Amino acid sequence: MNPAFSVVVFTTAAGAAQGLVVALAIALLAGVPMAASFVRASLLVAIVLLVAGLASSLLHLGRPARAWRAATMWRTSWLSREVIVLPAFIALVTLWWLAARAPGSAPARLALPLAAIALAALLWYCTAMIYACLRFIEEWAQPLTIVNFFLLGLSSGSVLASALAAVAGEQRALAIAAPTAFVVTLVAWASRSAAWRRNAVLRHRSTVQTATGIRSARLAQTSMGMSAGSFNTREFFHRASAAALHRIKAIALVLGFALPAVLLAGVVAGMLPDLACVVALLVQAPGLIADRWLFFAQAKHPQNLYYQVVS
Amino acid sequence: MIAALKALLGRRDEPATPPGEAAPARQLALVIDLNVCVGCHACVTSCKEWNTGGAAGPLFDENAYGADPTGTFFNRVQTYEAGVFPNTETIHFPKSCLHCEDPPCVPVCPTGASYKRKSDGIVLVDYDKCIACKYCAWACPYGAREIDEARQVMTKCTLCVDRIEDATLAPDDRKPACVKACPTGARLFGDVKDPDSDVSRAIRERGGYSLMPEWETRPANQYLPRRVTSEPRE
Repeated sequence: MNPAFSVVVFTTAAGAAQGLVVALAIALLAGVPMAASFVRASLLVAIVLLVAGLASSLLHLGRPARAWRAATMWRTSWLSREVIVLPAFIALVTLWWLAARAPGSAPARLALPLAAIALAALLWYCTAMIYACLRFIEEWAQPLTIVNFFLLGLSSGSVLASALAAVAGEQRALAIAAPTAFVVTLVAWASRSAAWRRNAVLRHRSTVQTATGIRSARLAQTSMGMSAGSFNTREFFHRASAAALHRIKAIALVLGFALPAVLLAGVVAGMLPDLACVVALLVQAPGLIADRWLFFAQAKHPQNLYYQVVS
Repeated sequence: MIAALKALLGRRDEPATPPGEAAPARQLALVIDLNVCVGCHACVTSCKEWNTGGAAGPLFDENAYGADPTGTFFNRVQTYEAGVFPNTETIHFPKSCLHCEDPPCVPVCPTGASYKRKSDGIVLVDYDKCIACKYCAWACPYGAREIDEARQVMTKCTLCVDRIEDATLAPDDRKPACVKACPTGARLFGDVKDPDSDVSRAIRERGGYSLMPEWETRPANQYLPRRVTSEPRE
């Protein structure tokens, strides 16, 4: 697939916001003492990320003015379900942010965080299923796709929570957030690597023989039927060289997982100042963008079998 | 004209398939005979010509006379080479929407713009509802859908819905433009659910097959395999 930058940015930003909201909700439910102003500021960061993600996703549409129609087919379409759950999640986080103004507000401490966890999980599931439900895109049609949307969101969200806690000087929140972010990032690294390994040895069910029904062991396309490109060649081929893909994978690995893990470990061990969490956040963001780009680029659509040779 | 429009609109009001009867009673489709396709692209150009001026158009073209032309087409003719020299075969292979009986592009559509018509099984796009999210194109293993870059709606083969139901045309002309244009008769059109139709007989008697059967989309369009008409020379 040719990664659409709008979708890459949207899923990465929204995933981080969901992770941040979940981290805050769990911290509150676990009774970690945090200043109300810190909770509200963090929720505001999540809202800004979610709205930016929503705006980015609208840019992906050819006709954004009709986007409201996308909520109608929730019975069959995971995309439609995501279109419903995303604004619902934004509304809920905004409600929580408003409720958190009143000191000692009961819903802000129990009901709203619980609901936020549930909706964040539902949103991850809907987003992941948009890709995992396409059975013939075999790189995506696997359980790790769903697991990784959860884990990458939780990793980036907890790194973001650590950075915010470090900036705000919330020592007790940071004392829990940083080790959590470290562990979740390692788990996400392992799970994403598992998906990479699986996809590297994937043997696709479709071949040029099944695509054309021509029973010949040696079968090659000599013309895709046009002299230049079409939607089929623009949308489904990323055109990056193998060397470029390799470099982007290295960037995703180092910036997305390895370096943030090292920085967080340094903070947890007391060898690095707390503000290293901010560096971890700044390093991880481009790494996870690169990783999400790879998620799309590595998916080989079976239609590509029909578009091999220009002449 | 008005009568034809009324007839077209009237079709829409037909009762939906009764519950418990999931599949449409009719399924219009093309059967492509790979024995006689000569790769002339007449079906491609006639498709473009008809549909750019018909209910599905206008179809986008960019840089049409330049070095890197591109545009929206519903039908393409591709060419493949099978075998090892000197025993090679050149096979011309027309490809358009297969109007699957279980179309994966329809349930994924978030707006309901993509639908399979109950009355005859044609898979269509409602251009007034499409938001051009391209998810249906991702969900089609055959690459049958092409976005129209100028109008920003998803487009695809309609089996010329605005021809085949036009009562003002002579009955013999109520066929898709590609079928009418084919000089060798490589494209058959009809109801594959009617066992006595030309298309059903061709599929039955000449080994009609589906593309990418592994994904169980049950394409309505079928292809007739090449028959060996002479033994390769020793």
